[in-house]
Amino acid sequence: MSSPSHVRAKWAAIAGAPLLFAAIAALQVRIDAQTRSEAQEEEEILLRSGSAVKKLSLGYDSLLANIYWTRVVQYYGARSGKDGATFDLLWPLLDITTTLDPKLVVAYRFGWIFLSETGAAGPDRTDLAVALLKRGIAANPDDWRLNCDLGFLYYWRVKDYPNSAAAYLEGSKKPGAALWLKMMAARVLEKGGSLETSTMLWSELYESTKEPSIRHRAVQMLRGLKTLQDELYLDDLAEQYQKRFQHYPASTRELRDAGLIGGIPVDPDGYPYVFGPDGKSRLNPRSTVVVPPDLTNQPAEPK
Amino acid sequence: MSATPGIVAINTFREAVRDRVLYNLVFFALLMIGAAILVGQISIGIERLVIINLGLTAISIFGLVMAIFIGVGLVYKEMEKRTLYSLLAKPIRRWEFLVGKYAGLLLTLCVNTAFMTLGLAAALFYVGRPFVRSDASILAAVYFIVLELALVTALGLFFSCFSSPMLSTLFTLGIYITGVFSKDIRDVGELTNVSALKTLTRVVYYLVPNFHNFNAIAVVAHGDAIPFSLIWQNTVYAVLYAGVVLLAASAVFSGRNLK
Amino acid sequence: MSTPAIEILGLTKDYPVGFWRKRMVRSLDNLTFQVEEGEVFGFLGPNGAGKTTTMKLLMGLIYPTSGTARVRGRSIDDIQMHREIGYLPEQPYFYDYLTARELLDYYARFSDYSAAERRERVTRFLGRVGLADAGDVQLRKFSKGMLQRAGIAQAILHDPKVIFMDEPMSGLDPVGRREVRDIIHEMKQQGRTVFFSTHILSDAEMLCDRVAVLAGGKLQGVGAPNEIVSIEVHAMEILFEAHEGRPLPAGLASHATQIGGRTRVEVPESDLYQALHELRNCEARILSVSPVRPTLEDYFLRLIGREKANSHAVEVNSR
Repeated sequence: MSSPSHVRAKWAAIAGAPLLFAAIAALQVRIDAQTRSEAQEEEEILLRSGSAVKKLSLGYDSLLANIYWTRVVQYYGARSGKDGATFDLLWPLLDITTTLDPKLVVAYRFGWIFLSETGAAGPDRTDLAVALLKRGIAANPDDWRLNCDLGFLYYWRVKDYPNSAAAYLEGSKKPGAALWLKMMAARVLEKGGSLETSTMLWSELYESTKEPSIRHRAVQMLRGLKTLQDELYLDDLAEQYQKRFQHYPASTRELRDAGLIGGIPVDPDGYPYVFGPDGKSRLNPRSTVVVPPDLTNQPAEPK
Repeated sequence: MSATPGIVAINTFREAVRDRVLYNLVFFALLMIGAAILVGQISIGIERLVIINLGLTAISIFGLVMAIFIGVGLVYKEMEKRTLYSLLAKPIRRWEFLVGKYAGLLLTLCVNTAFMTLGLAAALFYVGRPFVRSDASILAAVYFIVLELALVTALGLFFSCFSSPMLSTLFTLGIYITGVFSKDIRDVGELTNVSALKTLTRVVYYLVPNFHNFNAIAVVAHGDAIPFSLIWQNTVYAVLYAGVVLLAASAVFSGRNLK
Repeated sequence: MSTPAIEILGLTKDYPVGFWRKRMVRSLDNLTFQVEEGEVFGFLGPNGAGKTTTMKLLMGLIYPTSGTARVRGRSIDDIQMHREIGYLPEQPYFYDYLTARELLDYYARFSDYSAAERRERVTRFLGRVGLADAGDVQLRKFSKGMLQRAGIAQAILHDPKVIFMDEPMSGLDPVGRREVRDIIHEMKQQGRTVFFSTHILSDAEMLCDRVAVLAGGKLQGVGAPNEIVSIEVHAMEILFEAHEGRPLPAGLASHATQIGGRTRVEVPESDLYQALHELRNCEARILSVSPVRPTLEDYFLRLIGREKANSHAVEVNSR
């Protein structure tokens, strides 16, 4: 009945190998559980110098830049929007990426957005964002889009309109620059942070990119800006209503019934606006529109 | 010029083509290029860039691995296994044998590089972007890699004329790395006030092959053109340098008593 | 007088030894002799005598410390010399990724044959060495004997005028040795010169017109095989069955050896009749009487012994 020993050895291997591998995997999980904290510490200190990484890349720096850029995206993506998250490595990683490949434009164009995000979304380091874009412009002097981004950064986050206008103007002089840059330079200087200017900037940003995350962001901003514009208009109408009826309207329907508006105005989600007891219009509680906090205290005075 | 080196070259090519190791290397290179598509998806805005970077890097690294590991064994294996005995009894001069071996490996490397370049083109095609004029510069970068491989192969062949494959690999790798860093070595010398050191680093700079010349990956990844002057200068550089190395290899090999 | 097939003129080879390669060891010392056109010439010597060194010097695989050699009047430095020779290395090894047919085709390419001619030749010579059925087998699957046959095929494929063979019979079974002898004989019939080395004497005795004997890197003698042997003192061997109860005379008994039921005794040629007479007296039955020719193995042994005793080369009937 007994089969030859080499046949038995074969079956023993077929049956035994998966079991042993399962044991090995289980053991690795245990080892990882013990060493995880150490590994994270290690990540914090490994190779902060971009030029050292560049030397060690043996000429394959361009590929390494892509890998570091992917790390930036993964690093930011894993932390953005999480409470208590820190972004300590964001700048070093961007620094290494752009040192390895100074012509990796995408790293500047998204890096400044990551750096300048506020709250749980980012580290709120507009200073580093400005530095990153300036480095990008120096390394890619023909790329007007980076000037555009710098203008936008100054306008939106720093609210430094003269610098914003200067950035747009510089970009407008570069070959192939979009025509609206020149116009924008004048407009930013003249009207500062007006809603029309903001709307126009975000519209241009939406038009100029195919990147879904940026487009999504622009749509959110434009929805917020549209809401702000609506609210300002409705607040104005509410004042007129109050003058006529000595009380604020409780709903937009009362404005319509009073003949001040032709229909029921709705927010970008399709919900009608509501009024508070102070006569200020606001979003329907069910609406998903987010009004950007740094635009609600408009208009800011140009410095 | 006699036909002898050609006969040796074709047999060397046949040897390489029948080696399974070669297919494994090409397979891994193509795998790497394929992986670039995945990297492009977990990143932002570098889908095409990372394919070109990773593709050219794979072509370069796997080409180097082949050039060094096959190159250092080419002559040594024939000496060690004594296949050279019956061959050199034929009307073959030793330098003809050496040049034939070199040409055969170079042919092998060119064919492999062509396959890997096709893989790169397929990956670029897959991410759905029609080819444009600037993509021609990718071919120029591939050509530079081939020139680099021609130089490395010559070095490997030279060392294998008088040392074991292990040592030859170390020597060749050493020269390759020195050649990549040659600019930095010179810069170190320029920073000092010691004139002897300055002279030494300058000599090293001009003596070791400057592999930095042949690295155009970053340039073409961003769609920039490679100037024609660089193409011909690099070609002449590689031909001259490989020529010198082969000449030295011939001299060493011709004078050698076979074991 | 016609040009000799091979002229060896004072070939000397020193090898460096030791870590610093400073000490030199002489492996071949002032070797001089020549081989005539059409001869089958045996190059004899024990292992380590310098036979392979001489072969490699002639093939240009190593370079002489001093001296030179000519093949058919051409210096061994002359690449054209290689068009007229074939060479079978000792224990040949070939590219194991090729088939026997591909190997021979590769080598034939160096001789300016057309593709059709190469095909014909390769097939013919594969058959000649008994590899007709193994032509499309990769050489990695070849036995030692088959490799030897492939090696012989490549050595004679291009109709060389002079064929050098280093230990051509080694690694072969008795049938294979017989076939190699036939090939060497055939080469001679075709007027080619065959120069082969061996340490097995029966091969040389059967095939060679002349032999050279090498020991310790020095030439010990050149001549016809029987000349080399004839210089030795002859003895006679008597094989007989002793008669029971009749003891042998003391003179014979002292150096008699028992083999089975028989007795063997060796006596100097001059004492033969005396010994036979004594054996008749004691009614022994004589089975055979034959001359004892010392084999070349004995000859080598004696040479090496003498070499160790006094390191002089001994001139043995050299030309």
